[in-house]
Amino acid sequence: MSPKEIFDNLKQVFSAEGGSASGGGEAILDGKFEGVLDPYVKISPTKFKEIALYLRDDISLRFDFLMCLSGVDYTKGLLGAVYHLFSMEKHHKITIKVEVPVDKPEIPSMVDVWSSANWHEREAYDLFGINFIGHPDLRRILLPDDWDGYPLRKDFKVPEFYQGMKVPY
Amino acid sequence: MIDTESIPLKTSTGRTLRSEEMVINMGPQHPSTHGVLRLELVVDGEIIVDVVPHIGYLHRCFEKHAEAMTNYQQVIPYCDRMDYIASMNMDWAYALACEKLLSIKIPERVEYIRVIMGELQRIASHLIAIGTYGLDVGAFTPFLFCFRDRERILDLFEITCGARLLYNYIWVGGVSHDLPSGFIDKAKAFCKYFRPTVKELNDLLSYNEIFIKRTANIGILPADVAIAYGCSGPMLRGSGVNFDLRRDDPYSIYDRFTWEVQIGKGLMGTVGDCWDRYMVRVWEMEQSLNIIEQALEQIPEGDVMSAIPKRIRPNPGEVYVRSESPRGEIGFYIISDGSASPYRVKARSPAFVNLSVCPEICKGYMIADIVAIIGSVDIVLGEVDR
Repeated sequence: MSPKEIFDNLKQVFSAEGGSASGGGEAILDGKFEGVLDPYVKISPTKFKEIALYLRDDISLRFDFLMCLSGVDYTKGLLGAVYHLFSMEKHHKITIKVEVPVDKPEIPSMVDVWSSANWHEREAYDLFGINFIGHPDLRRILLPDDWDGYPLRKDFKVPEFYQGMKVPY
Repeated sequence: MIDTESIPLKTSTGRTLRSEEMVINMGPQHPSTHGVLRLELVVDGEIIVDVVPHIGYLHRCFEKHAEAMTNYQQVIPYCDRMDYIASMNMDWAYALACEKLLSIKIPERVEYIRVIMGELQRIASHLIAIGTYGLDVGAFTPFLFCFRDRERILDLFEITCGARLLYNYIWVGGVSHDLPSGFIDKAKAFCKYFRPTVKELNDLLSYNEIFIKRTANIGILPADVAIAYGCSGPMLRGSGVNFDLRRDDPYSIYDRFTWEVQIGKGLMGTVGDCWDRYMVRVWEMEQSLNIIEQALEQIPEGDVMSAIPKRIRPNPGEVYVRSESPRGEIGFYIISDGSASPYRVKARSPAFVNLSVCPEICKGYMIADIVAIIGSVDIVLGEVDR
């Protein structure tokens, strides 16, 4: 399926009026297919879990392989997570984007949907401070447990000292 | 006085230990963790109940550094240092992503040089994986044989770009040096020399009775679990999934060569066991030789520097490009904001994702089998921690 067809399919199933998941605002926010290198669909975090399960299990979609999960700091008060999905069976791809405000960075965890999300989400939590709600073991993964702050946020200030060691080089 | 009996002992994931269970730390300084990896093992006698990997000891802030660079080309030496066993493939993956972002066309000769270097690097990397794997389970001689052969590949790299480990050879838009005179003949001579040594390796290690006893039916990874955990490369193919990015999501010029994707067949035990993962690497070395030999025959003349952009300022946009490194799917997600330095670079490293499946496949085996399982995943901690 082409990204446009995938988007139309999602839009049909999850649109606010009618469809199986009515009410609670629009689930599929935006999609871009032309003039970009990687087509993407932007969705709202509230219905993300349902959409992810649909993406994985629907016969015509079968997105069973989570290639990559990246945290992004968009500045202007927005954090985001970008999911690159691939189907081993259909050999098609789609990019899913979720954006959340920086003062309440909460995204539902996708560990039950794609097991590979486990460590990727821990990494995004570690470096961006995105809270993945429902993650079974949300601890820092790359940085020390007592590190302060989230280094890949654009407003991160490198501390002078860590445990008595000078940090800036 | 504190009653130690009444304090529940917990692992770092919050799991409470039963009275017959015990925690053992394997690593970070342990010869068979291939670097600084710490495994928190929960054992009941000799049986593994749970494994909690702790990584990050070698975290060097690759993504933070990449954002701080003033030029896209400056990131390449850092890519080298991520996976120091397969630097060529790392540079190549990053260059591919930048080239897609810039939409530039690469000269034919450069594509061929990259394929030759990438496949030579794959053989060199698999030789280390195989050699150290033998060492892990108690066979010392294959390790020396593998390093002897790897030296010849490093010699080829050295005459090309002067470095033996961290090359900074594949640049955005081209390569740093053209092939030196005599390279083609030397590479052909290497292929001729190397093909029989694979058989030697098979006689010595692959079909060795003790080696099979240590690896067959150990650490079985079913295909559906491998896909759910995002495993890639020999780890995925060892589980019998016929998938290789070089064929199924083709990049560069891999569609011009005839070769076959190798998968685990469960010859010595069950599909997806340690022996299968090991053997896929051995078979892949032969396939890489096929590709190199064809590329050496077809390589055209040309200028290797002509497409290197003087100044890299991609239009605002983002791209995720993946390619097949010796360990699996290496992907770079790059966001450009139109300035000369990348806004965000995320490296999806294959070993990081492959390692995350370990707790799943280690349970129920003996402590000694952990060494065999970790070895068969072929991790490079530089790439796991970035």
